Amino acid sequence: MVAARRSAAPWSRSYGAFLKLGLLVLVIRLVFAVLLGSPIPGTTVLFTLPEIPLPGWAQGVRLGGRVTAEALVFALYDGLKLAVLLGCVGAANALASPARLLRALPGALYEAGVAVVVAMTFAPHLVADVRRLRAARRLRGRADRGFGALLSVGIPVLEGALERSVGLAAAMDTRGFGRTAEVAPAIRRTTAVLTLAGLTGVCAAVYGLLTDTGTVWALPLLAAGLAAAAGGLVLGGRRALRTRYRPDPWALREWLVSGSGAAVAALTVWLSTRDATAFHPPAVPLTMPALPLLPAAAVLLGLIPAVAAPLPPEPGKDIRR
Amino acid sequence: MITFEQVTVTYPDAAGPALAGLDLHIPEGELCLLVGPSGSGKSTLLGAVSGLVPHFTGGTLAGRVTVAGRDTRTHRPRDLADVVGSVGQDPLSHFVTDTVEDELAYGMESLGTPPEVMRRRVEETLDLLGLAELRDRPIAALSGGQQQRVAIGSVLTVNPRLLVLDEPTSALDPAAAEEVLAVLQRLVHDLGTTVLLAEHRLERVVQYADRVVLLPGAGLPPVVGEPAEVMAASPVFPPVVGLGRAAGWSPLPLSIRDARRRAAPLRARLGGAVPVQRTAADASGEPAAEVRGLAVRRGPVAALRGVDLTLHRGSVTALMGRNGAGKSTLLGSLVGLHSPSAGSVRVAGLVPHRTRPAQLVRRVGLVPQDPRDLLYRETVAAECSSADEDCGAAPGTCRALVERLLPGLADGSHPRDLSEGQRLTLALAVVLTARPPLVLLDEPTRGLDYAAKGRLVEIVRELTADGSRAVLLATHDVELAAELADRTVILAEGEVVADGPTGSVVTGSPAFAPQVAKVLAPDPWLTVEQVRGALAAAQPEVPA
Repeated sequence: MVAARRSAAPWSRSYGAFLKLGLLVLVIRLVFAVLLGSPIPGTTVLFTLPEIPLPGWAQGVRLGGRVTAEALVFALYDGLKLAVLLGCVGAANALASPARLLRALPGALYEAGVAVVVAMTFAPHLVADVRRLRAARRLRGRADRGFGALLSVGIPVLEGALERSVGLAAAMDTRGFGRTAEVAPAIRRTTAVLTLAGLTGVCAAVYGLLTDTGTVWALPLLAAGLAAAAGGLVLGGRRALRTRYRPDPWALREWLVSGSGAAVAALTVWLSTRDATAFHPPAVPLTMPALPLLPAAAVLLGLIPAVAAPLPPEPGKDIRR
Repeated sequence: MITFEQVTVTYPDAAGPALAGLDLHIPEGELCLLVGPSGSGKSTLLGAVSGLVPHFTGGTLAGRVTVAGRDTRTHRPRDLADVVGSVGQDPLSHFVTDTVEDELAYGMESLGTPPEVMRRRVEETLDLLGLAELRDRPIAALSGGQQQRVAIGSVLTVNPRLLVLDEPTSALDPAAAEEVLAVLQRLVHDLGTTVLLAEHRLERVVQYADRVVLLPGAGLPPVVGEPAEVMAASPVFPPVVGLGRAAGWSPLPLSIRDARRRAAPLRARLGGAVPVQRTAADASGEPAAEVRGLAVRRGPVAALRGVDLTLHRGSVTALMGRNGAGKSTLLGSLVGLHSPSAGSVRVAGLVPHRTRPAQLVRRVGLVPQDPRDLLYRETVAAECSSADEDCGAAPGTCRALVERLLPGLADGSHPRDLSEGQRLTLALAVVLTARPPLVLLDEPTRGLDYAAKGRLVEIVRELTADGSRAVLLATHDVELAAELADRTVILAEGEVVADGPTGSVVTGSPAFAPQVAKVLAPDPWLTVEQVRGALAAAQPEVPA
C-alpha cells in the first residue's frame, strides 16, 4: 500500500527507516533470547552455549546455557509483534499528510495540534539530516557507515533540528499564527469549567469500567463527560479566528479508506474472542503455526485503500524526463 | 510607512549593540534596498520591522519602531501579520504546509479571512506570480526560484502594505533571480506595495531601488539616499559601479543600460589593449580528475547524462547552470557520494565511490554548500585537531592553515557562531589539511559580502598558483566566475552544453555574462580589475 500510494513529500521516504528499525528490534529480541536464555520451558535443544556462572546476587539471570527451539520461536513471535507495530506506524507516517490531518481538528484544539504536527514532521527531517551529515563524514575522511558514524552526527543533527524549529516558529508567528479573538469572560469561564468537568468525568468513568465494579454508573458518566468536553471544545472554538481554505470533502473514497481500517480492527477483535489460538500460536509444544483463514482474510481488507485512495500527484515529471 | 526613532538593539552576550541610535524613515510605495557588510545589522533591522526583534529573538530594543502606525513594542509579530509580510533567508524554513495552494492560503486562514475572499485571492496571487501550473505541487519538489516566489506569494495573499525580504536572490541562479526581481518590480509599480530588502548581490538589485540605506557597520551612522549618491562612497558596490569609478563617471551608472550609453569613449580610451589572459593550465601532466561519459541517477531522475570533463592541475574551473542542472551531483560523484549508473570517474587514478574515505580525502576535498555540515566540533581548536587526526597530518597543520587563510580567529569560538565567510574559510582549511590535489567548492559565495568574496578569490588563486592543485567551483555567481575561473563549464539538464575559456563562454550568453562584459562588449573585458589595470597602463595620469 505504501508503494502504491506514497507521495513525493519528504516524510514518505521514512518508511524504509521504520522497516529497518523493526528488523533491528526483532534481531535484538532473538539475541537476548539466545544469550540470556528464557523462562519458556522447552525440550528441543538446538545448541548449548558455555554458561557463565554469575554471583549470587544475580540469581535468576543466566548467561549462556541451553538454547531451545521453543524459546527461540517464542522470542520470534514476540519480536514480530513489535516489528509489525513499527511497520504500521511507519506506513501511517509515510502516507498521512500531517497538515491535512490538522485541518480536521476542531478550532479549539488547533494550537495543540500544530505542536503535534511539527513534532511529527521532525522525524523525517531528522532522517534526511542524518543522511546528509553522514555523507559529510565521508568528506572528512571518516567511515560513513556503521553505528559510530551515526552516533557522531547526533549533536549536529539535533542542532540543525532545533534551528529549523526556531525558524519555523518565527515564520509562523509573522504570518499571524496564534491570533485570538476577544470573547466575553463569562464564555471563557464556562469553557474552562465544561472542559475540566468533562475530562474528570471521562477519567472517573474509564477507571470504573476497567475495575469491573462500576459498570452501572460508569457508562452514563462517560457519556456525560464526553458531552461536557465536547461542549467545552465548541465554546473554546469561539476564541479561534481561523477560517478554512477549501476544506477536504468527505465522500465515498474517504468512507472506504476509513471504513476498511475500522472493519479490520472490529473483525480482528471479534475473531480473537472466538479463536484465541489463531492469534497467539503456542510456542510450547513446538508446532507449525497454521494460517487461520478468516482472520487473514480480515486483515487483507486493510489493503482496500491501496486501490480506493486517490493517487498522489506525481511531481517533477514535467521538469525532467 | 516605517519609522525608526533612536533605535538601539543589544543582544545578550554581544560585545556591542547590533544597531546603535538608528533614525530612519521609509515612505510608502518605495523599493528600499538595505546594504552593508556582514554583521552590520541588516537582519536585525529587518527583524525589528516585522516585530521579531525583540519579541522573538530576545535582546533589548531601546527607542521606537512604528510600522504603518503600529508600535512594535505593543504589537507582537502576529499582530503585525496583516500589514507586514516578511520572508527570511531560507524559504524552506518559512513553509508551514506542504503544497503551494495551501501555503498561499495559510496566512489568510490564521487571520480569519472569509473563505470566498481566500479563494479569490489565492487565484489572483497564483496568476500574479506565475505559479498557476504549480498549484498542487509539493513545495519540496520545486526549484529554488519557484520556492522563493511561493514564499513571497504566501505573504502577499493577506494584502500586506509592506514586504520585508532578507536576501531573496542569493541562493538563486541568474535567471531565477530575474524572475523574483520582476515580481518585486511588479508589486511596487502595480500594487503600490512598499518593499524593504537586504541583499549582498548588489549587481542584481541596485538598479531597481528607489532608495538605498547603507549600514557601514563598525559604529558608523547609516547613510540614506538616492542609489547613485550612496554607491559613490559605499564600501560595498556592484562591478558596474566599480567600472564607473575606475572610468571617473559622474553620476555613477547603476544599470548596464546607463553604463552602456557612456561606454563608447571608455572603449576608445582602452583602445586596442587586450585584457591580460591568465596562462592556460598545463595540460600535459596527469590530470587531477577525469570524467568519461558519466551518468548518474538520483531516484527516478537522471541527474547527469554523458558528462565528459578533464580537470588539469593549476586550473580553476567554474561549473555553472540553473538550480537542479546537476552541478552538485557532479561534485558529489567526484568525491564518491553517488555511484555512476554509466561511465567512469577517476580522481588521481582512483575510482571515488569504491575508495575508502580515509584514502580518498588525500586525493580530493569538497566544501559543501552549507559548510556547517563539515564542522561538528565545539570549538575551532577542536575542529582543527580532529582534522589533523582524520588526515593523518602532523598536529597543528590545520591550525596553521586557518591562521594563514583567516588571521586572528580565536581558538575557543564555536564554528556555528562564525560569520558565513569565516565558516567557509574554516571548512576550506579543514579540507586542505589533507593536501588534496583537487579541491571542489559548492556554491562558495552564498551569503558572502564583497570583502569575504575578495578574500576567497585571493585564497583560491594562491592555491592554484604553483600548479599543483586543480579547483572546481559550482556557482551561480557570474562575477566570481569571471574573476577567478580560467575555464567555464555550463551544465543544463545533466549535460555539458558549453565548455571553454571563461572569456568566450560567458560573454556569449546573456544570463552568464558578467556586468563588465555586457557594458564593454564586443571587447573581451570581464572584470573591473582588468579594466583598471589597462587604464593605469595606458594613461598613468588617470587616478586608478
